[in-house]
Amino acid sequence: MTRPYLSIEQLTQRFPDGQGGEMTVFEDASFGIEKGEFVCILGHSGCGKSTIMNILAGLAEPTSGVVKMDGFEVSGPSLDRGVVFQNYSLLPWLSTLKNVTFGVKARYPSWSRAKVEEHARAYLAKVGLEGDVVHRKPSQLSGGMRQRVSIARAFANQPKLLLLDEPFGALDALTRGTIQDELIKVWGDTEQTVFMITHDIDEAILLADRILLMTNGPFARVAESVEITIPRPRNRTQIVEHPNYYAIRNHLVQFLGHRSKELAGQQSGGAAQSPEPVRIDKTKPDADPEPEGARLRAVNE
Amino acid sequence: MLGTLSVNQRAAILSVVMLVVGLLIWEAAIPAQKAAEELTEYERLTGGGAPKAGVPPPSQVIAKAWEQLSNPFYDAGPNDKGIGIQIGYSIYRVLTGYFLAALVAIPLGFLIGMSQVAYKAFNPFIQVLRPISPLAWMPLALFIIQDSEASAIFVIFICSIWPMLINTAFGVSGVRKDWVNVARTHELGSLRTAFTVILPAAAPTIITGMRISIGIAWLVIVAAEMLVGGTGIGYYVWNEWNNLDLTSVIFSILMIGVVGMLLDSAFGYLQRSVAYVE
Ligand SMILES: Nc1ncnc2c1ncn2[C@@H]1O[C@H](COP(=O)(O)OP(=O)(O)OP(=O)(O)O)[C@@H](O)[C@H]1O
Ligand SMILES: [Mg+2]
Repeated sequence: MTRPYLSIEQLTQRFPDGQGGEMTVFEDASFGIEKGEFVCILGHSGCGKSTIMNILAGLAEPTSGVVKMDGFEVSGPSLDRGVVFQNYSLLPWLSTLKNVTFGVKARYPSWSRAKVEEHARAYLAKVGLEGDVVHRKPSQLSGGMRQRVSIARAFANQPKLLLLDEPFGALDALTRGTIQDELIKVWGDTEQTVFMITHDIDEAILLADRILLMTNGPFARVAESVEITIPRPRNRTQIVEHPNYYAIRNHLVQFLGHRSKELAGQQSGGAAQSPEPVRIDKTKPDADPEPEGARLRAVNE
Repeated sequence: MLGTLSVNQRAAILSVVMLVVGLLIWEAAIPAQKAAEELTEYERLTGGGAPKAGVPPPSQVIAKAWEQLSNPFYDAGPNDKGIGIQIGYSIYRVLTGYFLAALVAIPLGFLIGMSQVAYKAFNPFIQVLRPISPLAWMPLALFIIQDSEASAIFVIFICSIWPMLINTAFGVSGVRKDWVNVARTHELGSLRTAFTVILPAAAPTIITGMRISIGIAWLVIVAAEMLVGGTGIGYYVWNEWNNLDLTSVIFSILMIGVVGMLLDSAFGYLQRSVAYVE
């Protein structure tokens, strides 16, 4: 078996529990993400999703275990791994535009000012921020607008790996739809790999190639890896008519509703904890359980 | 009628009323003490006269102010210089000492704010040195530096360093981790992180420290110049007291207040320009 593009090997994270003891968030978590893959992770609040993402970003050191990207061990943050933080993390003293050019300047130091600004404006426009808005400070924006600035900042840097922590949480359904489409377009046009945390099952099915399911913490596990067997391009209104849609959806709801609790709290005993691959396909009853090798990259419509 | 005016307008009217009433009371209180003028200088100096001996009425102070301010920069020898020159000397000393203090305090504050070890290592010294009255350094400064001008500047330096140092360290250590993480994910080096993230994030706290410092420096310069003499607004006040020219004393006291206010509002302006809302 070849090693995946992004490989998470026996990752363990423990924190002091505040009473002198230790709290294990997850233990020996192991999974891989292929190049160009779009992976969503679902799990209840507090199970450790953001913790995993911070480690992938290189912002936090795990208690033990390694993350390898393209064969190299991740040590510290990098411009190749763009992050949309759960709390936006915009710099409040900079205008919307400056928040984005801040990142672009770091990514492309040789570009002229005009080029940097043009590039930043283009990405702000992709998330629907145009005109005078770009000169406002984050404190003068709504929560959803701030989230979009943070998305634009990450997209504009064209990282190889995009790490998104509930990037659409504060958006209304309409804006959310537009930006989801934009994300899929950006992803489809490039060789980017996306790792996204979300609480929205339908969003995960619409966007992902694969959904990782996490059990509740402490001792949370990435228990299952569910392949989304719905061909792209996917359309948010037609996708529900696909025979696999409700089968997958029910499986996810089932997991989050019951099995995330039942499977919780199991210690690893030192063995690597890999998610169990799950493939649900109602279109071919006798389909072989192995996922197809070559995946067609196409854009959602 | 008052109801139609804005809050600012009403406040302004009230201020003017208070000023006029205050001046009238002052003016009216003076004639009763005219007798004091007949006392000898010796009696006045030893407090033999009435306690408020020789206090001039506001009309005289205003006349004095007019006279002084219409020709602020005349120079008629060491003991007779215009108020503008005297204030100029004081401001020069304050700004020199203050600027030197900023040069030390802000980089050092950055270091202390960024590093736990530096914080713990410097803290005992700061805690002991900070509560020392700046004027207590004067004899030592005069002895070591052997120059009254430089000693005054040193005293300003030592009194303005602490609020800047402490506020810079506090502001830098309080910068949100999220913002530093933004810099880290963009692979900014430590120098660029310091200038593009930590400095703007801590700027409001740093400027607050600088504003406190300039206020203290202006308080201290008057006392320092009374000690070292020669020039400056503090020396001027003391000199006019020796000349028993209370009109000039009152006028210069007012000028000290006005200059202090101007210095403070300059920093207030600076503070507003770097402020941000989270
Ligand atoms: N720095 C820390 N120190 C101690 N405990 C921490 C720290 N960071 C996270 N935790 C704990 O780790 C667990 C996982 O936190 P994490 O933020 O990863 O959750 P999450 O899955 O992202 O939740 P949510 O969906 O609410 O964002 C929580 O129980 C949290 O209390
Ligand atoms: Mg989280």
